[in-house]
Amino acid sequence: MDLNDLRSLVTVLAFATFVGIVLWAWSGRRRGAFDEAAQLPFTEDEAPAAAGARKQGKTS
Amino acid sequence: MDNQATYNYKVVRQFAVMTVIWGVVGMLVGVIIAAQLVWPALNLHEFLSYGRLRPLHTNAVIFAFGGCALFATSYYVVQRTCHTPLFAPGLAAFTFWGWQLVILLAALSLPLGFTSGKEYAELEWPIDILITLVWVAYAVVFFGTIMKRKVPHIYVANWFFGGFILTVAILHLVNSCEIPVTLTKSYSCYAGVQDAMVQWWYGHNAVGFFLTAGFLGMMYYFVPKQAGRPVYSYRLSVVHFWALIFTYMWAGPHHLHYTALPDWTQSLGMLFSLILLAPSWGGMINGIMTLSGAWHKLRDDPILKFLITSLSFYGMSTFEGPMMSIKTVNALSHYTDWTVGHVHSGALGWVAFISIGSIYYLIPRLFGKEQMHSIRLMNMHFWIATIGVVLYIASMWIAGVMQGLMWRATNPDGTLTYAFVESVKETYPYWMIRLLGGLMFLVGMLLMTWNMFKTIAGAKPYDAPVLAPAGQHA
Repeated sequence: MDLNDLRSLVTVLAFATFVGIVLWAWSGRRRGAFDEAAQLPFTEDEAPAAAGARKQGKTS
Repeated sequence: MDNQATYNYKVVRQFAVMTVIWGVVGMLVGVIIAAQLVWPALNLHEFLSYGRLRPLHTNAVIFAFGGCALFATSYYVVQRTCHTPLFAPGLAAFTFWGWQLVILLAALSLPLGFTSGKEYAELEWPIDILITLVWVAYAVVFFGTIMKRKVPHIYVANWFFGGFILTVAILHLVNSCEIPVTLTKSYSCYAGVQDAMVQWWYGHNAVGFFLTAGFLGMMYYFVPKQAGRPVYSYRLSVVHFWALIFTYMWAGPHHLHYTALPDWTQSLGMLFSLILLAPSWGGMINGIMTLSGAWHKLRDDPILKFLITSLSFYGMSTFEGPMMSIKTVNALSHYTDWTVGHVHSGALGWVAFISIGSIYYLIPRLFGKEQMHSIRLMNMHFWIATIGVVLYIASMWIAGVMQGLMWRATNPDGTLTYAFVESVKETYPYWMIRLLGGLMFLVGMLLMTWNMFKTIAGAKPYDAPVLAPAGQHA
């Protein structure tokens, strides 16, 4: 096998990994975890804004 | 709970204040070199000549202004979203003083004429080593803080900051590989077209990671915070993060169209630059749509004005960039002022605006104040800066297209229609408008400086207490 085959293989693997990431991110299983993570900037202070945002996060 | 009951705001404060100071310095040098183009007589001394001040300007605005903004915001965001003070506060202090020393050494060595001649990596080898040390310390502090986080998730802003820190480390190490011959002179490890390719692999990824990924990190924290609602689509943010990571690395060759670089490499670079439009616009749409349902806030919140306008400029320049990377378009635009206009629509419109918005958010919070001293001045800053950017990029677009057309025009017998100097002569009015635009942007920064010192005056430094994550104290 020539070195260039290996190079092509790495490119194909990188592309497959990316497609995998897209499928993973769009799978329904991740929704809950992503909603939780999206609230991280608000789990701290400034009550009014945070409270409103949290409610919105739950309904979406 | 940690023994230390407050977040480490000291280093954030230091970097935030220096962001503004270095912003003024870097932009002042920019205004000076813009004036030198209009009035060459302003090249008063070799230390202050255009050729030496230009790298000083780029280094000051990118690494001093942009760098301090990135340090300040990443340290602030990583602590708060991980609910833990910074890891290794001693190292964090070292990153501040070390980075200031790098900037100081750059400000001395570049006018004196010490340069390795690599664009955006001009600093000589001893400074390169210092940069490496500071950067490793930065990575230890940042990733150490993430490792001791009190929440299960790593917020998406931290992914962007982390990607930026890691990639910049690799870029710096590979591109700065050089053989020292004296204390102030070194030669690149690479030669010929390989040297050019390594340089622009570095150069374009400096744009992609230093000037984009890090500032997207800012966007993903400060836009949701200021809008009071979570990011529009978290999964889009995940996908656009990885899309940027997988794509940016390949785009560098578009800086070397029609050079000795093999044709296939140029085409590959162009193709990946075109693909980049998708993740870039994914990020922009995600940021702007975060505001959906709260558009009215734009009317009276100058911080949001800065943040959202920065995203518009981000969308504009990430459309323009792929377009300019198309070889036939590049044949017209390359080496003209169009490139300069493109860079500044990104650097002023996107990078500076999002930094200014974020710093306006931070300053009062770091000094225990409700808000900045003067909201009116912030609004004034916004409008002066916006008009300045528009004047700047519009004049450079016209100048660039005009130059490109003049340079390629030929007579029926095949000779060139215009001598180069004729295109220079025709460009003067546009350089004048550019100078005016740049000057307006600098005036805006001066307003910000005054506003910042009025806000800080008499205020005590404030360190917010470390809060347990919401789920745990409910």
